[in-house]
Amino acid sequence: MQLSRDDLLKAYRTMAAARHFEDSVFENFSEGRIPGFVHLSAGQEATAAGVYMALDERDWIATTHRAHGQCIARGLDLQETMDEIYGASTGVCGGKGGSMHIADLDKGMLGANGIIGATGPLAVGAGLSARAKGEKGVAVAFYGDGGSNQGLIFEAYNLANIWKLPVIFICEDNGYAEATPSSYSVAGSQVARAKGFGMPAVEVDGFDFFAIHDAMRDAVGRARGGEGPTLLHIKTARFYGHFVGDAQTYRGEGEIETLRAEKDCLRVFREKVVEAGLLSDEQLDDIFAEEKTRIQDAAAAAQAAPRATEADLMTDVYSSY
Amino acid sequence: MPMKSYRAAINEAMAGEMRRDPSVIVMGEDVSGGTGAPGEDDAWGGPLGVTKGLHTEFGPTRVLDTPIAEGGFIGAAAGAAVTGMRPIVDLMFVDFLGVCFDAIYNQAGKFRYMFGGKAETPLVVRTMYGAGLRAASQHSQVLYSLFTHVPGVKVVVPSNPYDAKGLMIQSIRDNDPVVFFEHKAMYDDEADVPDEAYTVPFGEANVVREGEDVTVVAIGKMVHLASQAADNLAAEGISCTVIDPRTVSPMDEETILEEVEATGRLVVVDESHPRCSVAADISSIVAEKAFGSLKAAIEKVTAPHCPVPFAPELEDLYIPKVADVEAAIRRTMA
Repeated sequence: MQLSRDDLLKAYRTMAAARHFEDSVFENFSEGRIPGFVHLSAGQEATAAGVYMALDERDWIATTHRAHGQCIARGLDLQETMDEIYGASTGVCGGKGGSMHIADLDKGMLGANGIIGATGPLAVGAGLSARAKGEKGVAVAFYGDGGSNQGLIFEAYNLANIWKLPVIFICEDNGYAEATPSSYSVAGSQVARAKGFGMPAVEVDGFDFFAIHDAMRDAVGRARGGEGPTLLHIKTARFYGHFVGDAQTYRGEGEIETLRAEKDCLRVFREKVVEAGLLSDEQLDDIFAEEKTRIQDAAAAAQAAPRATEADLMTDVYSSY
Repeated sequence: MPMKSYRAAINEAMAGEMRRDPSVIVMGEDVSGGTGAPGEDDAWGGPLGVTKGLHTEFGPTRVLDTPIAEGGFIGAAAGAAVTGMRPIVDLMFVDFLGVCFDAIYNQAGKFRYMFGGKAETPLVVRTMYGAGLRAASQHSQVLYSLFTHVPGVKVVVPSNPYDAKGLMIQSIRDNDPVVFFEHKAMYDDEADVPDEAYTVPFGEANVVREGEDVTVVAIGKMVHLASQAADNLAAEGISCTVIDPRTVSPMDEETILEEVEATGRLVVVDESHPRCSVAADISSIVAEKAFGSLKAAIEKVTAPHCPVPFAPELEDLYIPKVADVEAAIRRTMA
């Protein structure tokens, strides 16, 4: 399937929204308007756009603590997503989950997750559901280079492969598990690990939306066709720290500046589509500006949104003492 | 005595024991924070800086950054402990115990008994607990009761910097597995802490204050709420004993029972849930062994039976407050 002009516009809009979203959360968290801890995905937008554009409403996703951009890519209500991060009662989880637990099961989003590696087995379970339903849905597990070292992920690889389930494993490798580099923490390679389980696996340039989308489309095709799981090892990078407030002294001198200058997935996308004459700079500039306004409005609305009250504390509890 | 933070007290205890005993090692996720990275090797010293400086002083063979693989590295710490090392292993948030509990309760915690007394497993599992930082449902829980249930595992919950240092040194020197609970909202609390090494023994409660009317037993951070409530009620003529058990396994039953027998009233304050908590456990011990001296029903002050909510307004309602402790004390006096 060739991407249409509308698809390209949509991809850029998703990436632009995700970028502005994280820049807004960074600014507002830094100024004390957002409680708790937030993990930002700026720099990784091509993964969100490239993966989610290959999925449809039949599919399930279990994802990581760094998932704001993916929530946008999956089409969660932008305002409800922002409200959740601010702890407003109008948030998608009523303010009870927060940034690390945004979920919307109606959209196939099994949630961001605070437990590293937990997504692998959850996606295997969703793969069982998808197979039972018979609608050719697929289940996607995201985890980072850090999560790739959890035993749970290997158990999930094994289960998905022995049962030949429609599961796609996405190792979204941004180079660091918190402060620890994947060059130190990962033995062997992600692709070789997957191949040990007999699973097709491919390394993908995480700065290139097209490479990600192509690889994902192939994996989805195999899964829907009953050919079992695939691993995509997407090599990307984050522009911000592990959490907002991380001083990042573990990173190299000039590392982030170089990334922003040379490996910005929005710029890579722009260069490709403009050079190919598919979209114009003006179109992209307009989208970028429109999304900035949309995100700023959502942030302002989230700041003003109603907060939970005492009546909300003990709802969704089946028993109390 | 110099003033030191809870964080500094724990750090000093570990550093001192590492200097004294080469078999003491530290391992966990980002305990250095940056091993092998292009920038600083000792960038984090743990997410809240408690192990900062250890990598710089002792190097990467004694301070090991681990992959995110708690089942693997806590199991490895148990294996190292039973074969001659004294590992201090970091389970960053106690909420993560779901992926590694086996190593603690089926392996380390059982070796001494199951191997006919032939094994020693000097393992310390450091872990953060507690609500208040808006860290939501999977990074805020108070789970010491789960470990307390298991014979063979010692459970330490220091409420102040002085005890934190002495209990950490005792934990490292102890020959059994210890789970050491650090409240993540207490790291900047300061108190007088001696520079030299000292131990606080396990199973000896601290009677924080003595009173005549009501005995309040409080765990960890809750000790401060209990003391505050006791201060406030003293003005109204209600006099409270406040007990900090310091270790919930072993538990100093004797001191708790003696003090309850003296006052005839018990309030237990615990940031955990009401069911199967340490509060429930202490209540049951007193009901069993000091029933005759009770003048009023036992009162528990706990968090409610729900996960920790993210929204600040809800989390503030979730965490026990001084006013809740005062109300419970008043109910026992009614």
